[in-house]
Amino acid sequence: MTTTDTPAPAVSEGLVNGLYREGEPIADSKAPSGPLQNRWEERKFSARLVNPANRRKMSVIIVGTGLAGASAAATLGEAGYNVKAFYYQDSARRAHSIAAQGGINAAKNYKNDNDSTFRLFYDTVKGGDYRARESNVYRLAEVSAAIIDQAVAQGVPFAREYGGLLDNRSFGGVQVSRTFYARGQTGQQLLIGAYQAFQRQVAAGTVTSYARHEMLELIVADGRARGIIVRDMVTGEIETHLADAVVLGTGGYGNVFFLSTNAMGSNVSAAWRAHRKGAYFGNPCYTQIHPTCIPVSGSHQSKLTLMSESLRNDGRIWVPKDPADCDKDPREIPEDARDYYLERIYPAFGNLVPRDIASRSAKYQCDDGRGVGPAVDEVQPDGSTKQVRRGVYLDFADAIKRMGKSTVAAKYGNLFDMYQRITGEDPYEVPMRIYPAVHYTMGGLWVDYDLQSTIPGLFVTGEANFSDHGANRLGASALMQGLSDGYFVLPNTINDYLADAPFEALPEDHPAVAEAHASVSERVHKLLSVNGSRSVDSFHRELGTIMWEYCGMDRSEEGLKYAIGRIRELREEFWRDVRVLGENEELNQALERAGRVADFLELGELMCVDALHRRESCGGHFRSESQTEDGEALRDDENFAYVAAWEWGGEGEAPVLHKEDLQYEYVEMKQRSYK
Amino acid sequence: MKITLKVMRQTGPSAEPRLVQYELMGISGDMSFLEMLDVLNEELTERGEDPVAFDSDCREGICGMCGIVIDGEAHGPERTTVCQLHMRSFKDGDVITLEPWRASAFPVIKDLVVDRSSFDRIIQAGGYISVNTGAAPDAHATPVPKEDSDRAFEAAACIGCGACVAACPNASSMLFTAAKVAHLGLLPQGQPEREARVVNMLQQQDAEGFGGCTNIGECAAVCPKEIPLDVISTLNRDLGKALAGRG
Repeated sequence: MTTTDTPAPAVSEGLVNGLYREGEPIADSKAPSGPLQNRWEERKFSARLVNPANRRKMSVIIVGTGLAGASAAATLGEAGYNVKAFYYQDSARRAHSIAAQGGINAAKNYKNDNDSTFRLFYDTVKGGDYRARESNVYRLAEVSAAIIDQAVAQGVPFAREYGGLLDNRSFGGVQVSRTFYARGQTGQQLLIGAYQAFQRQVAAGTVTSYARHEMLELIVADGRARGIIVRDMVTGEIETHLADAVVLGTGGYGNVFFLSTNAMGSNVSAAWRAHRKGAYFGNPCYTQIHPTCIPVSGSHQSKLTLMSESLRNDGRIWVPKDPADCDKDPREIPEDARDYYLERIYPAFGNLVPRDIASRSAKYQCDDGRGVGPAVDEVQPDGSTKQVRRGVYLDFADAIKRMGKSTVAAKYGNLFDMYQRITGEDPYEVPMRIYPAVHYTMGGLWVDYDLQSTIPGLFVTGEANFSDHGANRLGASALMQGLSDGYFVLPNTINDYLADAPFEALPEDHPAVAEAHASVSERVHKLLSVNGSRSVDSFHRELGTIMWEYCGMDRSEEGLKYAIGRIRELREEFWRDVRVLGENEELNQALERAGRVADFLELGELMCVDALHRRESCGGHFRSESQTEDGEALRDDENFAYVAAWEWGGEGEAPVLHKEDLQYEYVEMKQRSYK
Repeated sequence: MKITLKVMRQTGPSAEPRLVQYELMGISGDMSFLEMLDVLNEELTERGEDPVAFDSDCREGICGMCGIVIDGEAHGPERTTVCQLHMRSFKDGDVITLEPWRASAFPVIKDLVVDRSSFDRIIQAGGYISVNTGAAPDAHATPVPKEDSDRAFEAAACIGCGACVAACPNASSMLFTAAKVAHLGLLPQGQPEREARVVNMLQQQDAEGFGGCTNIGECAAVCPKEIPLDVISTLNRDLGKALAGRG
C-alpha cells in the first residue's frame, strides 16, 4: 500500500493470540530503487517543487521544538512557508534534546582513519541489529557531514584542536573517530543552534511560536492531516489551528516507564492521538536501556540520571558473592567475596560488553538478591510489596591505584562530581553504584522514505518516528537523526506533498474540526470530573512498575500476557478513580499529566502486544525464550526481519499488524557474539 | 526529617500573592528539592487542596526550566539548579521560604511559575548567526583558535534559567544577554553581525523592562553554569565599538 491510498486494508479474520489481527503487508515505503548511493539524489530530483511565490500561501504546523522540530521549523521558515510551532515548555530552547551528552556522528573522515559514508551506514545497520531500513540509514550517513557544516556555521562551539580544526573522538565501541562533541553538552549546543535559527525566523515573521501549548488532537479532514487542537496550558483555552500539513517532532515515549532518563514532561500524546486517527505505530516495543545510570534511591524518585558510558572503560563492575554482604560497606568486603560477574561471564569483553548485555546482567544479579545500595519498595507480581536493592558497584579503586587519583579525576571528574551531588557519596572513596534505566525509544510513528505517516499530510521527524535505528541505537546517532530529518530530509520531501497545496480552507464548523474540538473538551471535562481517590502520579508509577518488570530488559510470553491484563485493569481503574483537582481555565499541571498518563496507559498495552508477538530477541528487545546457549540475544531473521506497523483497531478493539519486510542488499545479516 | 515550607502562592497573574505554610514529615536527604515538592503536592492532592505549581522538566540541570528563590537565594543555598539541589543540604526542622523569580520582565503566571518569554525576544533581536540551511561551507574551512572556541563555549553554556535576573537587585538580564553576545562574538562566524547584534539585543532588553547593569556581580555568583562575569566586559567593549562606529 502507498500512503496516498485511503481504503482501509483488508483485515484477516480472527484474533492472533487473542490480542491482535493481521492486516495486509506494507508494500511500498517509497524509497527509490537503484544503487544505494543514488537514492537520495534521485528522490530529491523527483520530488515536485513549490514556487517561492506560492510558499507564502502555504502553512505548516510543527509540534515539538527539539532538534527535529526546531530545525525543521527554521528551515521551512527560511524557505518561505508560514510555520506555526507548538511546544509545551516555556521556551523552545528547553526541549529534551538539550540533555544529550555524548556527541553526534558524521562521516567526515577528518581523522583519515578510513571512515566513509558507507562505513557509517554499515555500522548503523549492524548496530540496529538489522531491523532498520537500508535506504534510510544510508541517507542518514550521507547527510551527516552537512549537519556538522551547518552547526559550525551557526556558531555551535564544538571541541577544537590547537590548530583550530575540529576534534573528534571514538564513541560507543566504534573503531573510527567520527564523533563531534562539545564537552558533555553536545545536545545543548546543537539545540541552541537550532533554537537560534528558529528565533531568527520568528523575528522574520515566517515562524509563529506557541509556548506552553500542548497538542491534544489531530484534525484529519477528507483523508488529510489539516490541523491540530491544542490546549493553551496557561489559560486552558482549547484552540483550533489549521494548516496544509502537520509535522510531529515530539520525541520519544520512554516516560511510559515512569522512571527514565527523559524529561518529566516528555510524553506520547501528540503521536498517540495521531495513531488513534490512523497513523500506524512502528515497533513500539523497541526501547533502549542504558546500563550506567544512577540507581533509584527511594520511592519518591521522579527520574533517573544517566552517566556517560565511558565510565566502563576503567571502572570494574561487581556485586557481593554472598547476599548477606549486600548492606556492608563495600570497602570491607574482601576481594575473594566479590563477584566481578561481567569479567567472569564475558572474559573477552569484560566490563565493556554491549549495553543490552551489561544491563541484563545487572538485573539478574539484583533479581538474585545480590544487589547493593538502599533497599527500595518494589511491587511484586501478586501485588505485594518487597524491599529490593537495585544497584551494582562500579568500582574505580583499581583504576585509582593504577593511574592515580588525579588522572582519574582528569578523565572522569565531572561525572564523579555529578554522582556525588546526586547521591551524597564520594566515588573516589566508595565505589559508585549503577543500574540500568530506560533512555531512548527506537519505535515511533511509522513513516515512509519521505517521513510521511500513513495519514497523508502528517509528517513525523526525529525520535517520534520509528525509522532509522532498528532495534538498537548506537551512541551519538540520535542527534544525527533529529537534525538530518529537520534540516535536510523533511524540507526536501514535504515540497512534493505541498505541491498540491494550498488546500481548500476548512471552515471552523467542518465536521472533522468540530469532532476533534469536542473530543478534546469532553476528555478534559471527563478527567476533571472523575474526582476519585488516587493521584495521577500514583497511576503513572504503577504503570511504570508493570512496564519495567515485564516489558523492560527481559521479556517473556508469560510476563507480557500478565502485563497486558494488569494494564487493562489499571486503565479501567484510572478512569474510575483518578483525582484531578482544579479547573481547566488555569495553569493545571495535574490535568496536563492526567491526559498524558491516560495515553501512556493505552500505549503501554500496545508495547506489550508488540513485544509479545515478536518471538525473537533483537537489540534492546530481549525475549527470554529466544536466546543462544550462552544467553545471548537470538534473532530470527527468517520470520521477523520486518517492521511491525500497528494500526489502531478502535476503542476496546484489537490492533491490526501490518508488516513491512526489510530487504538487505548491501549488508549481510550476522549473529552477534561477545564471548 | 521534618521540614516547614513557606510558599509564596498566587492563583493567577493578577491575584495577590500570599505566603502559605506547610509541614512535611519523612523527607529523606536523597530527595531532590523538586521531589520534595512532588511529595508536598501528593499530600495536597489527597487533602483536596490545589497543588503548588512550579516549573521543571529535565531534572538533570540542563534545560533551565526550573527556578525558585529559596530563602532569598536563586536556586537555593548551593550553586546549582533547583532540580540538582538535594534535601541533604537542609537540616531536620528547617523552615524554608519559597518564592518565584521576581522581576517585572518575568510576570508570575501562577505560584512559582513565571513567564520568561522576554528572554526569547532578546534572542530574536539578534542572538543568532544569519545562515540559511543547506549551503554552509565545509566545517574545516574556517579554523577557530582553541582558546577562542573554549571561551565561546563557556559563554554558550548558559541555560537561560533566569537566576541572574532573580539575583540582581536591579533585575537586569545583562549576564544572559552578554553570554550570547560573547559566545557569538568570539567566533569568526559571528563577526559580520557583531556590532548590530549587541545594539539590538540591548535595546530589546530595555524594552522588556529589565533593569540596568551596575556591576554588582550577584548574577555570576548564583549562575548554576558559572558563566563568568567578564562576558559583560566583552559586551561593553562591543557596544563601545558599535557606538563609535556609528559616530
